[in-house]
Amino acid sequence: MTPDRAHLERLDRIWRDPPGLWGFLTTVDHKRIAARYIVTALLLMFLAGMLALDMRWQLSVPENTRMTPQLFNESFSLHGSTMLFLVSVPIMEAMALWLVPLMLGARNMAFPRLGAFSFWLYFGGVLTLWIAHAIDVTPDLGWFEYPPLSGPAYSPGHRADIWAQMITFTEVAALAASVNVAATILKMRPPGMTLARMPVFLWAMLIASIMTILSMPAIMLVTSMLISDRLVSTQFFSVAAGGDNVLFQHLFWFFGHPEVYIIFVPATGFISSIIETFSRRPLFGHSALVLAILSIGALAFGLWVHHMFAVGLPRLGNDFYTAASMAIAVPAGLQIFCWTASIWAGPTTFPTPMLWVLGFLATFVIGGLSGVMTASAALDLQLTDTYFIVAHLHYVLVGGAMFPLFGAFCYWYPKATGRLMSERWGRLAFALIVGGFNLGFFPMHILGLMGMPRRVYTYPAGMGWETLNQVATAGSVIAVAGGMVFVANALWSYWRGKPSGADPWGGSTLEWASASPPPAWNIAFTPVVESLTPMWNDGRPLKAMDGLENDRREVLITSVTGGGPLYRQKSAAPSIWPLVAALAVSAMFIASIFTPWAIPAGALPIGAALTGWFWPNRPRAKIGPFEAKP
Amino acid sequence: MTGPRDFEIVGSLANLPASANGPRHLVWWGNIGFMVIEGAGFALAAAVYLYLMTQAPAWPPAGDSLPGLLWSGVFTAGLLLSQIPNLWVLRCARAKNLAGVRWGTLAMAVIALLLLVPRCFEFAHLGVPWYHDAYGSVIWMLLVLHTVHVVTDWGDTVVLAAWLFTHEVGDDQFADVEDNSNYWTFVVLCWLPVYVLIYWAPRSL
Amino acid sequence: MRRCLASLPVVLLGGCAGNQSPLAPASDQAFALHSLFVLMMVVCGGVYLLVIAGVVWSLLSARSRRGTNTVPASERGLGRGLYVAAAAIVIGLTVLIVGSFLADRALVAARSEAAMIVRVTGHQWWWRIEYRDPASGRWIETANELHLPVGRTARVELASADVIHSFWVPNVSGKIDMIPGRRNIVDLTPRRLGWFRGQCAEFCGTQHAHMAFDIKVDSQADFDAWLARQNAVVEAAVSNTSSRGAAVFQRVCGSCHSVRGTPAAGRAGPDLTHFADRRSIAAGTLPMSRGAIQGWLAQPQALKPGTSMPAVPLLPADADAVASYLETMR
Repeated sequence: MTPDRAHLERLDRIWRDPPGLWGFLTTVDHKRIAARYIVTALLLMFLAGMLALDMRWQLSVPENTRMTPQLFNESFSLHGSTMLFLVSVPIMEAMALWLVPLMLGARNMAFPRLGAFSFWLYFGGVLTLWIAHAIDVTPDLGWFEYPPLSGPAYSPGHRADIWAQMITFTEVAALAASVNVAATILKMRPPGMTLARMPVFLWAMLIASIMTILSMPAIMLVTSMLISDRLVSTQFFSVAAGGDNVLFQHLFWFFGHPEVYIIFVPATGFISSIIETFSRRPLFGHSALVLAILSIGALAFGLWVHHMFAVGLPRLGNDFYTAASMAIAVPAGLQIFCWTASIWAGPTTFPTPMLWVLGFLATFVIGGLSGVMTASAALDLQLTDTYFIVAHLHYVLVGGAMFPLFGAFCYWYPKATGRLMSERWGRLAFALIVGGFNLGFFPMHILGLMGMPRRVYTYPAGMGWETLNQVATAGSVIAVAGGMVFVANALWSYWRGKPSGADPWGGSTLEWASASPPPAWNIAFTPVVESLTPMWNDGRPLKAMDGLENDRREVLITSVTGGGPLYRQKSAAPSIWPLVAALAVSAMFIASIFTPWAIPAGALPIGAALTGWFWPNRPRAKIGPFEAKP
Repeated sequence: MTGPRDFEIVGSLANLPASANGPRHLVWWGNIGFMVIEGAGFALAAAVYLYLMTQAPAWPPAGDSLPGLLWSGVFTAGLLLSQIPNLWVLRCARAKNLAGVRWGTLAMAVIALLLLVPRCFEFAHLGVPWYHDAYGSVIWMLLVLHTVHVVTDWGDTVVLAAWLFTHEVGDDQFADVEDNSNYWTFVVLCWLPVYVLIYWAPRSL
Repeated sequence: MRRCLASLPVVLLGGCAGNQSPLAPASDQAFALHSLFVLMMVVCGGVYLLVIAGVVWSLLSARSRRGTNTVPASERGLGRGLYVAAAAIVIGLTVLIVGSFLADRALVAARSEAAMIVRVTGHQWWWRIEYRDPASGRWIETANELHLPVGRTARVELASADVIHSFWVPNVSGKIDMIPGRRNIVDLTPRRLGWFRGQCAEFCGTQHAHMAFDIKVDSQADFDAWLARQNAVVEAAVSNTSSRGAAVFQRVCGSCHSVRGTPAAGRAGPDLTHFADRRSIAAGTLPMSRGAIQGWLAQPQALKPGTSMPAVPLLPADADAVASYLETMR
């Protein structure tokens, strides 16, 4: 049956946002919030890319005096910090925020206001870093500012504090988003979606969220310890007072290694979804893929010392971390096999999203293999802190996360906008980006093997490094040009793209059941799921259940393992409190760069904001000492 | 060009209850999520303490006083005893006992506030200022982290008590009282290893 | 025969390599790492080719399935393939883990009590280098240039005076961090004569890019002669210019720099005894030449912005004299 107009109009009335600016500030619609995250992150990706081009230009000529060392050091620090903290992790969270309810046939996330809060707080972190840059307090010690260099003795001023506090913003935002995603996936699945019938994409987002929850506290703790060393003279990292600089590295990398998998694991979800649809058959090796993601999630926590092989830690420990770091290639390699096998097994077609899958396979595997090389504690002593590692990290992050993200963008663009992106411009962007990236970054492996260290603003003539640096610059320029074509395609298609309809690709999962773009309430009824590919039922109507209220916001809560319906949960309406709370928290975070008293002082407005947020919307008491007088 | 998929209605959700409590309840999971985050934070802070301890030639370092046992003992005893009213409030919430949750939550708010008194004295008797050495920094860090825990839960409890008295209390609010009570249990449990680390580890070495 | 085969990849890859490259190994340690690198390249390169072949095969198969006479894929066949892939990955990784373990053991194999002891301390942005004189037990100090005798193991003790640095001479050794409060040790057993270049490999502030040093691997006799010369005190200045230069030096430079045999005993900057013997200035920033010395004295901040050496205003005649004096310090 097609849902009747009255039903849809009631849903609209309940679920739509207030109009205008107030609606913009109070929305708890996961799709609008995710769109903001994505637009902000893409803008930052562009800015970070410009910084990169500036650095590449500087390094194209030996002994170049165009950039001062201070400016270059700020550039690589801002580039790395932006890409890792403000782009990669947030954009993966945003994809989850946008897609998870749609793929579950749900009306919204588990905690709608928490989603809004996490965006505003993330945006606070963006402003903290980039306004600091505008007023020349840019952090300049890299994206992992080791003490003692980042301590009070060697970095007076506030640059390092800005860096540390920006991290606090983004980590609290990420933790909030992760609790939201995990709770949604665990408790809001459609009837019949047992864990065994949960698509790989949802497994990936669930695991990434749990990894975030377990690893982010480490970086929150260590950046707070650094700020407190700088602000109130604690001695965590002062050797003379019993502190230890290596402690910073352990804590940082205990977070830092899982973080790169937090970025990669969602990408495995994108790849799985795209391949399934275009291979026109259920993914091969579903169980293997899920087990692989689980193993990667667990193993990722046992590898962090491989970032510290040059520190001089005991050899036996280094051997263990070598073996563990190589071991993670097993689940990753099996994933590659399953994806390739799925392509092999079907009448697979290759529109632009699948081209990005191929780009991912060709590029990420190089990054994974250079990772196997650096996993060796002994060989890493030659490779780490050189351009080899710069090549490796970009191959895995760009090849392993960005290429799948671009594919996912093209794949779900019609769902978000109701229009298709241009295939022709999409293919051109793909060729320029993938070709340009490989041309730009492959030579860096060789530069590292020729002895070029990383984080150097220039290098002597006569080392033989000029030509490869120039090739790297050329490749980077081509890749950025490709990025411009990609963005132009997205913008042009928004207004002029061919209308796509609800399901242009014939997708297998539930997000394709709703209209394109989905209305505020996502889907008219609650689908009942009987397989891993619910939309592939020969075009028959989807089995569904009605009965969720349409005179108040309500979502269905189901059991964790079986997806059996449990109860109907009230879903939060638009509210200004997430923004107010984020402003209060931001004020406290920024003020605490300057004085520790900001923390107790800041607690009061935060407490007030949270009180407003959680104050229940219920009638006054009718009994008891505070009963409402009639 | 396809429109949204048509449906075949096979059942209704209208007869499902409109609330739940315990692990069936969605918000319970959010509460657990925050406990996991904070538990991970405490575990890492404990790891920092143990790391610095194993690096140091002496613990506490030569010249540093041991932290006082009196006020920490008072606090710990008080915290453990507070579990009695706390678990009683939990039972009242599950039994949907209105008067019980109202007065019990208020009592917990008062108890938490009172416990902050020995906590203040604990800070005064830690024996080493936070800026003196890494040992001082880490014991202050552990105590500050736990105190923030207690203070935020106290704030939560005060607000909870206020609207329990001023508003109609429904199933969702009883579930909130349960979650708040579980959180206090978490605060108590987190304190035990932190207490051992701050007050007993330096004495046992 | 085995030595010939082993050196083949060195010869082939050595085309990419220079005097700051792990691809042109010049020590036991660097040879071990180079062999491991070659093993890695073979295994990883082979794996990559297999993956690409697999992807290309799947593209072709997909294309054939798009036609009308499609044969459905065998799930069982794919399942068997999955196990084969898993086994292949585990075997490949085991080979690499064992290779890595053996290379790591080779790095410490040369540990011996008869090793010569050298202490290298990292500063922002230069290297203090001290040799232990086995006869007297005293330390012979120099800066920014390390000499090693071929065929003998040097035990290098690494420390830092300020922030984290990293000691890296790719032709001779992998990098080891220099961490304040920690003493790391690396053993070097050079096998080839010549000049090599090392560079700090842990970001250490503004002029991290210009914290390099020269390494000279000498025959034992040449090394002994060099060390003896380093141990000797500087001869008194002879000409008028250089004695005027010596006087200016004591007044202006002596608070930061030391020259053994003169009152200059500053520890903030590099030791300059036998400065003119060195191959480069300012930690590998400039080549040793009269022009470079004068340029460095006149505008250190322009040549190495942020360096700790201040621009000291000197009368042109004084600057000239100091440069002459420095040139006499062999």
